[in-house]
Amino acid sequence: MEFILILIAAVFVNNIVLSQFLGICPFFGVSNKVSTSVGMSGAVLFVMTLATLATYLLYEFVLVPSGLDYLRTITFILVIASLVQMVEIVLKKVSPPLYQALGVFLPLITTNCAVLGVAILALGMEDGSLLKAVFFAVANSVGFALALIVFASIRERLELVDLPKGMQGVPINLLVAGLLSLAFLGFTGLV
Amino acid sequence: MADKLNQKENFLKGIIKDNPVFVMLLGMCPTLGVTSTAFNGLGMGIATLFVLLMSNIVVSIIKKQIPSKVRIPAFIIIIASFVTIVEMVLEAYIPFLFEQLGIFIPLIVVNCLILGRAEAFASKNNIVSSIVDALGMGIGFTIALTLLGAGREILGSGSLFDFRFVSEDANTFILFILPPGAFIALAYLTYLFNRFTAKTN
Repeated sequence: MEFILILIAAVFVNNIVLSQFLGICPFFGVSNKVSTSVGMSGAVLFVMTLATLATYLLYEFVLVPSGLDYLRTITFILVIASLVQMVEIVLKKVSPPLYQALGVFLPLITTNCAVLGVAILALGMEDGSLLKAVFFAVANSVGFALALIVFASIRERLELVDLPKGMQGVPINLLVAGLLSLAFLGFTGLV
Repeated sequence: MADKLNQKENFLKGIIKDNPVFVMLLGMCPTLGVTSTAFNGLGMGIATLFVLLMSNIVVSIIKKQIPSKVRIPAFIIIIASFVTIVEMVLEAYIPFLFEQLGIFIPLIVVNCLILGRAEAFASKNNIVSSIVDALGMGIGFTIALTLLGAGREILGSGSLFDFRFVSEDANTFILFILPPGAFIALAYLTYLFNRFTAKTN
């Protein structure tokens, strides 16, 4: 039951992109086609889960016992950066088309604040455990995927719309994201 | 003289032509996440400005010592060190702001603006140009965040920098201090910025 609550809260109520504003760069950057957004979501799911697992263990069993918890930010970003490198190497070998599609955005997962953000948020959970933290990461990446894919589908149609000049590009994308966020606001109070 | 003019352009580009928020869309997470009031926007802008300035200085000093293959991890460590400093200073001296900005303080590390300037500018230019670049970009970022925060605070709470100009129980557009309002306010602000720059050009 507790896990279902975490899932619903992370996906709908506190959606990581639309209500917590984490991972906005890939949200706008790779959302012009549904197929790339699916690939990006997969990469984020993989990296976010592994990163939270690694950082949680590191924090609980290395940093806190040795009184070095102020080094949290530095160690976490290093762990995430090396994980991303690893995913990049694996993806290059296993699935070259996907690697081609994600191109420049894969290294950018390092600076995807959603990954670091979730790793930090997972530490602050009520009576947290390793299992809960990892599940929290999975739930959040599902939320990220949902927001990204819905947004990409809308943007594909938006290309056919005739817009006033100043509104084209960034402003209209932000406006659509705002309406999407408004829709997700409707889930408030669900959990 | 030519050098001086160059520095002036270098400074101004961060504020208007290459504004990190309105034009380059860098550092969007804090831009949207913390700007529910003008004060938070200003605080975040200054914290980012400090980290950007220090990282640009350090990167431009030691750029020759960093092997190009490991430059990105090296830049990230430099940035993360200064973010840790900001985190500790804010927690000790301005706990109110520390609580308001919350998770977005450690997340300054992954602000693409800072890494972007280290990679695109400070690793190729001398220290003076890098300082000017950081000041221009940082001030451009701070102005954008403060404007967005001010707009949202005025519409959403009927106040500016905590100074109320409508009565306690007046109806305000609460939407603008909620998450959707961040996107919508930035959408219109970018639209106005585009109109403004199109006209001046």
